[in-house]
Amino acid sequence: MEGHVSHIVNNVKTNALESDSKAMILLMGLRRGGKSSICKVVFHNMQPLDTLYLESTSNPTVEHYSTLIDLAVMELPGQLNYFEPSYDSEHLFKSVGALVYVIDAQDEYMSAIANLAVIMEYAYKVNPSINIEVLIHKVDGLSEEFKIDAQRDIMQRTGEELLELGMDGVQVSFYLTSIFDHSIYEAFSRIVQKLIPELSFLENMLDNLTEHSKIEKAFLFDINSKIYVSTDSNPVDIQTYELCAEFVDLTIDLYDLYKIPKNLNATSDMSITDSKLKEQRSAVESSELKNISQLENGVIIYFREMIRGLALVALIRSNGTDMESCITVADYNVDIYKQGLKEIWAKSKVPPIASHISVKQNIE
Amino acid sequence: MSNNRKKLLLMGRSGSGKSSMRSIIFSNYSAFDTRRLGATIDVEHSHLRFLGNMTLNLWDCGGQDVFMENYFTKQKDHIFQMVQVLIHVFDVESQEVIKDIDIFTRALKLLKKYSPDAKIFVLLHKMDLVQLDKRSQLFQIMMEKLQLTSKEFGFPNLVGFPTSIWDESLYKAWSQIVCSLIPNISTHQTNLKNFKKIINAYEIILFERTTFLVISSTNEKDLSTSSNSNSKLDPKRFEKISNIMKNYKQSCNKLKSGFKTLILNNNIYISELSSNMVCFIVLNDKGATQSPQMILENINKAKTFFK
Repeated sequence: MEGHVSHIVNNVKTNALESDSKAMILLMGLRRGGKSSICKVVFHNMQPLDTLYLESTSNPTVEHYSTLIDLAVMELPGQLNYFEPSYDSEHLFKSVGALVYVIDAQDEYMSAIANLAVIMEYAYKVNPSINIEVLIHKVDGLSEEFKIDAQRDIMQRTGEELLELGMDGVQVSFYLTSIFDHSIYEAFSRIVQKLIPELSFLENMLDNLTEHSKIEKAFLFDINSKIYVSTDSNPVDIQTYELCAEFVDLTIDLYDLYKIPKNLNATSDMSITDSKLKEQRSAVESSELKNISQLENGVIIYFREMIRGLALVALIRSNGTDMESCITVADYNVDIYKQGLKEIWAKSKVPPIASHISVKQNIE
Repeated sequence: MSNNRKKLLLMGRSGSGKSSMRSIIFSNYSAFDTRRLGATIDVEHSHLRFLGNMTLNLWDCGGQDVFMENYFTKQKDHIFQMVQVLIHVFDVESQEVIKDIDIFTRALKLLKKYSPDAKIFVLLHKMDLVQLDKRSQLFQIMMEKLQLTSKEFGFPNLVGFPTSIWDESLYKAWSQIVCSLIPNISTHQTNLKNFKKIINAYEIILFERTTFLVISSTNEKDLSTSSNSNSKLDPKRFEKISNIMKNYKQSCNKLKSGFKTLILNNNIYISELSSNMVCFIVLNDKGATQSPQMILENINKAKTFFK
């Protein structure tokens, strides 16, 4: 197992050298905290209830995602001690952009906070620019007031720990999450957004778009994971986000039902359902998807596929103007927006795709 | 008027999932929400308007032995009179299958006496707890047994469904149950056929608006004649659409509004057809030859036929 870890760490290192644009997220926490479940639910579209049957993770696993940014999520087994000298943890922490620590809110969390403090101290020493994010996880089982209490308690205790370690200036973000609702997607969206250097451009572009086309709120979604890469600067309302995320699902599901199956033979030899799903999704993404829905109160939900597995989902309030003219205006502006996205992407660094594949094979 | 009021009995042993089903199909619960449901005390009545002029009186009968005994003795004429449909739910994980079947036979016996014209449906529920490869076998064995018992009591055409609240099988079962109650189903069918021809559609499905149960579709006949052209399509698509659209309707509620229309890729159109029906249209071509306005106009025109 030691060899395995250092092997991956080496890969991570070389990978980081090859492409600086790769954002790496490190997922850590005590055992049974729900790390693998988070990965499966967010990135593999697994049903939350099925994660009950996940085995304990024994090896570090790396997942790669290519959307507008390249994202890798590395999950470390909870039961290992990473501060034994045999692990090359220094390289590991140097190469990651964000450290996500999962605390099980339904369990006794004192030991988790102690563990977090040790990790934070080390990670910050090695890599002062690291983003430290704490997920107060499994809050679906808690009552509303208990949630707030737990959050306050954990925040306070973590703050005390930091003070003791003499790192009181370090920024730590907290999120209340659960895999049974959209809070985990929301949290991941915010974490990922911190790692995108082009974020302010993206946000400005969306602001421009919303301003000129009667759009109330617009999200740029990653179709696979329903993480939003960017949104306009209006405040995010979790219900709007949920609606938009569900609209992405609806679009893909309905489209899948009636599309003509193309390469059925090509996918049939894949043993893993995940890769099958990915294949299907990528087939879906080959032609531009567009979906428009109107509600009884005149709100229009607008879905257009953008580049690289991203989709724009917008909420348009027509306020009396008829649907057609609203959509025509939106269409025109979205075309321009899409052009802009293409330009940004062309200018950002293109990571060599071959290296991703080799890393993945090594791990498997 | 009495013809339009349908009495449905929902029966089965306690814990078999009767109230969960009712809540999902008729009260917009998600499968996950049903964990919160407690035991049903005695009989819970719900009156549901369906397709405008039809009222479903759903009698959700709590399944604890005390209540059950009561139904079969003291309240028997009250419970079993004028029943249109009996839906009996069996928990596939149940330990006391003999007792389950015994209760089913007692219900049949009383039904024979008080409302001999009732239709009988059995649902083998919680199928998700059985391994995939064993499901059809288990269903077969159970159905043979139940068929035999129901024949004995004079109900020869027993219809059964394997169901689970975690997939679309629940919608399939309830669609068929409810469809068996709709009187003018054939007119809908012919109207739908004509409509399909006029707008040159690949397929049209008609849904009930609030429950999103399938009422009718244009492909039912075609399935037998030209099976190879349809074999590509998912045979479970109706239920899947019900499921997808119902989820979407629920998310629309977050904006405090109902769903009106949806156009996907200029190819799939979903729109209200009347105050209680929604149509789902898939066009033949990718919408290249027909403008969306024209299709919507056609849908508007069709509305008069589905009032």
